[in-house]
Amino acid sequence: MTLSLFFIQLLNGLQLGVLLFMLSAGLTLVFGIMNFVNLAHGCLYMMGAYFAATAFAASGSFLVAALAAVVGGGALGWIVERVMAQRLYQRDHLDQVLATFGLILFFNELARWVWGASPYYMNIPEALSGAVKVLGVSYPLYRFAIIAVGLLSALACWLLIRHTRVGMLIRAGSVNPDMVSALGVNIQRLNALVFSLGGVLAGVAGLMSGPILSVQPGMGEPVLILVMIVIVIGGIGSVHGAFYAALIVGLIDTAGRAFLPLLLREFIDRSAAQAAGPAIASLLTCVFMAAVLALRPQGLFPVRNA
Amino acid sequence: MNAATPSLWRGLFLVLLAALALAPVYAQWASEPFIVTFLTRALVFSLAALSLNLILGFAGLVSFGHALYLGLGAYGVGLLAHHGVDNGWIQLLVTILACALVGFVTGWVSLRTSGISFIMITLAFAQMFYYLFVSLKAYGGDDGLSIASRSDFGLLSLGHAATLYYVALACVVGVLIWTSRMVRAPYGMVLQGCRMNETRMRALGYPTRRYKLSAYVLACVLAGVAGLLYANLTGYASPAYLSWTVSGELIVMVVLGGMGTVAGPLIGTLALLGCEEWLKSLTEHWPLILGPLIVLVVLLARRGLLGLLGATGEAEARA
Repeated sequence: MTLSLFFIQLLNGLQLGVLLFMLSAGLTLVFGIMNFVNLAHGCLYMMGAYFAATAFAASGSFLVAALAAVVGGGALGWIVERVMAQRLYQRDHLDQVLATFGLILFFNELARWVWGASPYYMNIPEALSGAVKVLGVSYPLYRFAIIAVGLLSALACWLLIRHTRVGMLIRAGSVNPDMVSALGVNIQRLNALVFSLGGVLAGVAGLMSGPILSVQPGMGEPVLILVMIVIVIGGIGSVHGAFYAALIVGLIDTAGRAFLPLLLREFIDRSAAQAAGPAIASLLTCVFMAAVLALRPQGLFPVRNA
Repeated sequence: MNAATPSLWRGLFLVLLAALALAPVYAQWASEPFIVTFLTRALVFSLAALSLNLILGFAGLVSFGHALYLGLGAYGVGLLAHHGVDNGWIQLLVTILACALVGFVTGWVSLRTSGISFIMITLAFAQMFYYLFVSLKAYGGDDGLSIASRSDFGLLSLGHAATLYYVALACVVGVLIWTSRMVRAPYGMVLQGCRMNETRMRALGYPTRRYKLSAYVLACVLAGVAGLLYANLTGYASPAYLSWTVSGELIVMVVLGGMGTVAGPLIGTLALLGCEEWLKSLTEHWPLILGPLIVLVVLLARRGLLGLLGATGEAEARA
């Protein structure tokens, strides 16, 4: 186990972490402010990836693809909120789980119908292809771009939430939505805004992961489970909690995948160790969440409630 | 609500059960064996949905990982049969012990949380086992494990289609009778009290967590039995049985029928699976219709089909 391998895995973990952050930031706000369980968030990510891949294939321009993912993701989030989600804020979690489960069935089949069941590939844009050498290690430029976009979107979230008027309302809404509404803020518009903001971030995550993953129906759900884990670990409704938890989960998952098979090989045969690696990595993140929930049910970085 | 006619509904329900009892005879006469296969699947899922209703409907615990125990039951048969043990009693014992153990451990951890966190943690535990079975390459991994020999219970073997059907029906009827008595018994009352106002139940001196945990473990064991039957129906144990979509479907079945009602899960399962079969015959892209249908049921029928028909005796609107 050399230092360079360790460094590469660190970067991989960071890359998964920022992708998870982009997906969990919007969702944790939806959980926290509207008290709404949205299982269909992974669908926004999937649709974002499809929008981007289609636009990229049609135009050849990564900027157009980015625009398609951002506008498409945001618009879809807004539509889902207005048509369905807003009617369910006052219901219990079970109804929300069910309705968004129905949405997942719908969107996955829609993708299969429109784009086919087989994976849809998106090329890495020319300008971002190739690799760069950092500390003697060669690492794909595109993956650096993912990390950069992820950190930039975290910065943008921080600026928006900490230093703008809308952000102030969002923060207030996550602590006491009734009071915010009583003070004369149009909470409905705020909710729609938060939902479509989540859609935009999910769309960007879809755009960035399009070239490194295969875009296919149902791609949102495995990621969604990790995102849920991130949100619960970070503390529901807490964006900075989601950021730290996303990085932790990203690193644990990547490290588990990369190093556990090496470790297991000492005890069992090679192919079995190779197969067990991903399973144990997923186990690790779940065990970590179970431990956090058992010891600190409110999450590691909860929203400070008055 | 016309709650004044419970005897009418009980009568209709008995007619439904009688129809289910006679279905294989009809299938034989009309030479349509597919009916028996379909109804066996429906009964097995009803059993799983009935078990979920124990915790979801009565105790108000939204478990999003109930498919885990269905899968454990199926793998109980699969793994034992793979190693040459096709004695049904041993398989049943192993399934019950495994489900009770896993249910106890995961339930003990999960019940420390509530609300959204409980939904997430049960989902996460189910996913853990899903990945575990996917990684077991020696037992088929992703593709699952095909089961050559069916469970043999001495006098009856579940390899025979009609036998399996009647065993499943007997299990469903047994659980229905037990549930209808449990609802009125002190144990059931405490469980329902936990759903309505847990703080108050605790103040009354009930160890609510212990009650909920016992219901959780019981539900897990029942779902495991359903899994055992399901493996005998399909001749297969696959990680797909543990997937979160199955957990979601089980919730749909319970809620569609009317959660917290005794017969709701059976009605809901028959309705959902029947609807699926019907849509499948219409179009290959049937989830495109089923998904929005589920959304509509959630938005419009707040107490499920039974609530829509006014058949729920005590109309308790959920908060």
